[in-house]
Amino acid sequence: MTEINETLAKSFGLNAEEWGKVLEIMGRTPTLTELGIFSVMWSEHCSYKSSRVWLKELPTKAPWVIHGPGENAGVIDIGEGLAAIFKMESHNHPSFIEPYQGAATGVGGILRDVFTMGARPIANLNALRFGDPALPVTKRVVDGVVRGIGGYGNCVGVPTVGGEVNFHPAYNGNPLVNAMTVGIAHQDKIFLSAAAGVGNPVVYVGSKTGRDGIHGATMASTEFDAASEDKRPTVQVGDPFTEKLLIEACLELMQTDAIVAIQDMGAAGLTSSSVEMAGKGGVGIELNLDDVPQRETGMSAYEMMLSESQERMLLVLKPERSDMARAIIEKWDLDYAVIGHITDTGRIVVKHQGVVEADILLAPLADEAPLYRRPIAETPKPAKLPPIEAHAPLDQALLKLIGSPDLCSRRWIFDQYDSSVGGQTVKRPAQADAAIVRLEGSKRALAITTDVTPRYCVADAEMGGAQAVAEAWRNITATGAKPLAVTDNMNFGNPEKPEIMGQFASAIKGMAAACTALDFPVVSGNVSLYNETEGRPILPTPAIGAVGVIEDAALAVGYGLSPDLTLLVIGETKGELGRSLYLREILGREEGAPPPVDLAVERRNGDFVRGQILAGAVAACHDVSDGGLLVTVAEMALAGDCGAALTGAGAAEYWYGEDQGRYVLAVRDASAVLAAAAAAGIPAQHIGASSEEKKLTLPDGLAISLPQLRDAHEGFFPRWFA
Amino acid sequence: MQAAILLFPGINRERDMILAVRQSFGREPAIVWHKDTELPAGTDLVILPGGFSFGDYLRCGAMAAQSPIMRAVKAHAERGGYVLGVCNGFQIITEAGLLPGALLRNAGLRFLSMDTMLKVERADTVFTSKWDKGAVFRAPMAHGDGNYTADEATLDRLEGENLVAFRYADQNRNGSARRIAGIFSPNLRVLGLMPHPENLVDPLMGGIDGKPLFDSLAAA
Repeated sequence: MTEINETLAKSFGLNAEEWGKVLEIMGRTPTLTELGIFSVMWSEHCSYKSSRVWLKELPTKAPWVIHGPGENAGVIDIGEGLAAIFKMESHNHPSFIEPYQGAATGVGGILRDVFTMGARPIANLNALRFGDPALPVTKRVVDGVVRGIGGYGNCVGVPTVGGEVNFHPAYNGNPLVNAMTVGIAHQDKIFLSAAAGVGNPVVYVGSKTGRDGIHGATMASTEFDAASEDKRPTVQVGDPFTEKLLIEACLELMQTDAIVAIQDMGAAGLTSSSVEMAGKGGVGIELNLDDVPQRETGMSAYEMMLSESQERMLLVLKPERSDMARAIIEKWDLDYAVIGHITDTGRIVVKHQGVVEADILLAPLADEAPLYRRPIAETPKPAKLPPIEAHAPLDQALLKLIGSPDLCSRRWIFDQYDSSVGGQTVKRPAQADAAIVRLEGSKRALAITTDVTPRYCVADAEMGGAQAVAEAWRNITATGAKPLAVTDNMNFGNPEKPEIMGQFASAIKGMAAACTALDFPVVSGNVSLYNETEGRPILPTPAIGAVGVIEDAALAVGYGLSPDLTLLVIGETKGELGRSLYLREILGREEGAPPPVDLAVERRNGDFVRGQILAGAVAACHDVSDGGLLVTVAEMALAGDCGAALTGAGAAEYWYGEDQGRYVLAVRDASAVLAAAAAAGIPAQHIGASSEEKKLTLPDGLAISLPQLRDAHEGFFPRWFA
Repeated sequence: MQAAILLFPGINRERDMILAVRQSFGREPAIVWHKDTELPAGTDLVILPGGFSFGDYLRCGAMAAQSPIMRAVKAHAERGGYVLGVCNGFQIITEAGLLPGALLRNAGLRFLSMDTMLKVERADTVFTSKWDKGAVFRAPMAHGDGNYTADEATLDRLEGENLVAFRYADQNRNGSARRIAGIFSPNLRVLGLMPHPENLVDPLMGGIDGKPLFDSLAAA
């Protein structure tokens, strides 16, 4: 028999102070199962104990927000009585240990967060960060993660429509896999997790429980070291087929009035779902683990409560509807088991083989969860980059940049993701700045994107946080859609280090300012800390997932050029090369301050661009981001397989600067758009025109043929995996 | 033309198929659960849509081919009824023996999701009458197991009897024998194909290249 003491608690991730609190709440030594419940509920992953004080600083309200943070996912009003339900969540640690299953179950988990609220998932996206492509391990991780995302998403039949990928040595031992799902529900059919109704049955639905993933939430709350490979048994295994059945069964059941409350079993499985459902409802819950469908024999109460077996849901049903509910669940060949009932005790009681294995008062388990205002040390703001003396020729720099790992085409990746299933994908990957997915039976569509620029965040986390939000807003705007709300996935290092906590606090400050200025509230999110390997942290990566709406999908524009259009750049170009990809990839320097984001200018420029698109004045639009203006135009040319000729001054700062708040518009009637910009006080400049000739003519007169440009752009991944 | 769309657990392109059928046929298709044993009275066309029936565990389409409804589908085909199997549906009807050959893992061993070009090999069938023979059209594909394979004698017979419906006209990405993307039964009433014409029936989704398939059936 294991002795339950401070040493064991420490090995479960609870420190001395937290162990003391457990003893105080229990008034006795906890059982092993009870200690397990405390340790996962109080893990960083489940309790947000280091981040909660900062997350409160984010704006979460707007007239169109139906449910902000605190539910399984955020819910916003998108018109016509419909709601978009969405969230982004990390699966970083498992994806390094076992890339395929780590990424696959990341997709599965975020899907459940969305359909558990009554939404049919209509789109998946993913924000991925990998280490140095020169390392063999990076190739293995990229391959596994891409296969895992595809393997799961393709099978469940939810189109994977967008995302982003970066490479940096800071992610060598700690890749980031952030998965986002967007679903659609009727506003009057949204399901919440608060349990109610003393005596109501607690029903388990889905896959059987096995020993996989025990203590996954705790693993996600510690740093990695060389022994992390040994943690492979804590990585869960996904079954997308069962998930598909679970989606259809739950959505069918949700058409009835049988459900009182529903929650998926995600991190910390049965423990977190039962504790959260009863806790939110202010009731008690009693579980009899003898009735839990089990995949293995001889499982203990501890193992069952902490298992993170996938594709499972916990429901509280109206007793008079339970037969009908059983029929629906069993029609889909899923396990249905009554494993307990709701009580009025305010306690969670867990019985197994006639023994009470856990009996904990719920209120203190939640209310007295640790909360830390950890010390912060702000990173000094970097000095602005001094002027650069020697530049590379424009054409050579462009070919190198557009083929670099961070800027090259992601076709090799998205060609492995089903982006058209569902029949509503208006803009597929690499066609527009945001994916456009129409709502079935409506003209309306959602615009969806994920964004963050970690190389800015590491230099200035506050500016980087603001920039991530602004870029997401800009990407939605560039399609003509109105940006509505965001979900954030905060990926940082060890919060016990003041400089890491300082990055976190600064990023939140910048995000909050941008969300406020752009009316772009945060409605859901996830925090992933301890992203360090052998003491080296990742780049601070506050990934932003964002959703907007366009009333008529036919008005949405992409960025592919067609012939005979005039190219205009909207927004001011000063030539900000600090932290730019040109500086890093061409000059080999990671220096200076990132380009400043002026939120008032951002909003003014964006509102102007959106107005022009919705007025039908714009044939194509692309925001200017990574790589600057020349890369933007090159991407537009390649996307449309159409040439362009650029004019104007030829300075590298102008063409490769990453100044914010800018867009390239391809328009038929340039004088009308320029006049409208002048009237609105918006900087707008003529920079060239598209043409039938399949070449890109640079402002210095040199031309690159489109096939040559395409070879450079699309070559990296196929060569890497040849 | 009254269509019935079969629903096996794990099928995921039935909504896309319903949209395409509704648009061209001007009437709602019936939806039939795989455990049913009868097709709705008056069914002219049975459609098996794409997806991952039974998770593609064991072998793509192998378990769905044993579902109760398949006995009725075989009887329907034997009576000369129309059957359309797309992607996983094609895999199911080959497993069920309605069409020869098998769909193996893609040559590159990766899932392939992109538009492909298809050449129409014959236009004198109920499935293809709205195309011209030799026409080339675009169709999205999305599969991990689309590598059409049969023994040489079967392939020769398919060619000899003019039963190849569509061939890959640009790249043969999945490695299919003789670039075959779709085939007919000898009576030309059963069609199986890997790509997804049902995903290109609306200009907003990138084009209407796939619409002639459904318009042809509607006119039959």
